[in-house]
Amino acid sequence: MSVDMNMEILIVDDYRTMLRIIRNLLKQIGFDNVDEATDGSMALKKMREKSYGLVISDWNMEPMTGLQLLKEVRADAKLKSTPFIMVTAESKTENVIAAKQAGVNNYIVKPFNAATLKMKLVAVIGNF
Amino acid sequence: MSGLSKQGRSASLAAEAPAPTTGEVVEIVEQMIGSIRGDLSPGALQLYGELEELARFIRNTREELATIGADELRDHDIASATDELAAVVGATEDATGKILDSCDVIAEIAAEMPAEQSARATDAVTTIYEACNFQDITGQRITKVVRTLQHIEIKVGQLLGAFGASGAVVAPKADKPKAAASKPAASAATDADLLNGPQLPGNANSQADIDAILASFD
Repeated sequence: MSVDMNMEILIVDDYRTMLRIIRNLLKQIGFDNVDEATDGSMALKKMREKSYGLVISDWNMEPMTGLQLLKEVRADAKLKSTPFIMVTAESKTENVIAAKQAGVNNYIVKPFNAATLKMKLVAVIGNF
Repeated sequence: MSGLSKQGRSASLAAEAPAPTTGEVVEIVEQMIGSIRGDLSPGALQLYGELEELARFIRNTREELATIGADELRDHDIASATDELAAVVGATEDATGKILDSCDVIAEIAAEMPAEQSARATDAVTTIYEACNFQDITGQRITKVVRTLQHIEIKVGQLLGAFGASGAVVAPKADKPKAAASKPAASAATDADLLNGPQLPGNANSQADIDAILASFD
């Protein structure tokens, strides 16, 4: 199945700079339809209002972390199949395992580049 | 000597005693020392020695706290260091915002250039975007340092309170740092344990390490 380059992608990070970086890198690799949230609870609210083809989320945010968002998404019948990539500075093995056990599709450690982002997108949603 | 170390005493005093009690402790100890002169059993003699040592320890600690200016450290130095670090975060955020604004302008201009130049300019802009990752990483690192400073500030305040050097324990002045402090109780412990990043380069898993961990689940 081909990738819908117009799909809506939700990016979640409490650092405005990081939202801009991810948005721009997504644009560089061909995805223009990007929405933003600054923590897990805001992201969850948006996801319940609108359908997203992919979520790219930071971990360490308040009040709701990226891991809690992931668990909420996987526990929600309507949202649970949404592809979810964690992009975080948390690089410890136990973090990767916790995210995987919670149902993450892929895991990018910060700092990252456009090539890594593209590689992980391909791994999760297919080649484009 | 008894098994009670000075560190043990000071720790228990710092943990339990409200601010004004150590002066009273010295007073009580001195009264007790005064009252137990006379026939001293070996046990009483040991207690006498211990109490005298305790009184001397409290006096010395109060003098040392005054000498190193612990109240100054709490009230000015740590607060000032926290403010300086907050200013670093603010300045890098502002500068990064301007760099990214300029990148957007260059990207717009690049779109109007001939194909080859446009591609080169776009690649350069992408590299700048990638490099701006630093603002998030340094911000998180500085937040960890601020949290440590706040912890020291509280401990110094408790020490000052316990030894009566200058008033009560104070709460930290800086804003609450990015942390998992206000998580729901059910998952707080687990989630908080997982909020340690960014790791220092020598201690961090690389993207390749993480890919391998993920692959091990397949």
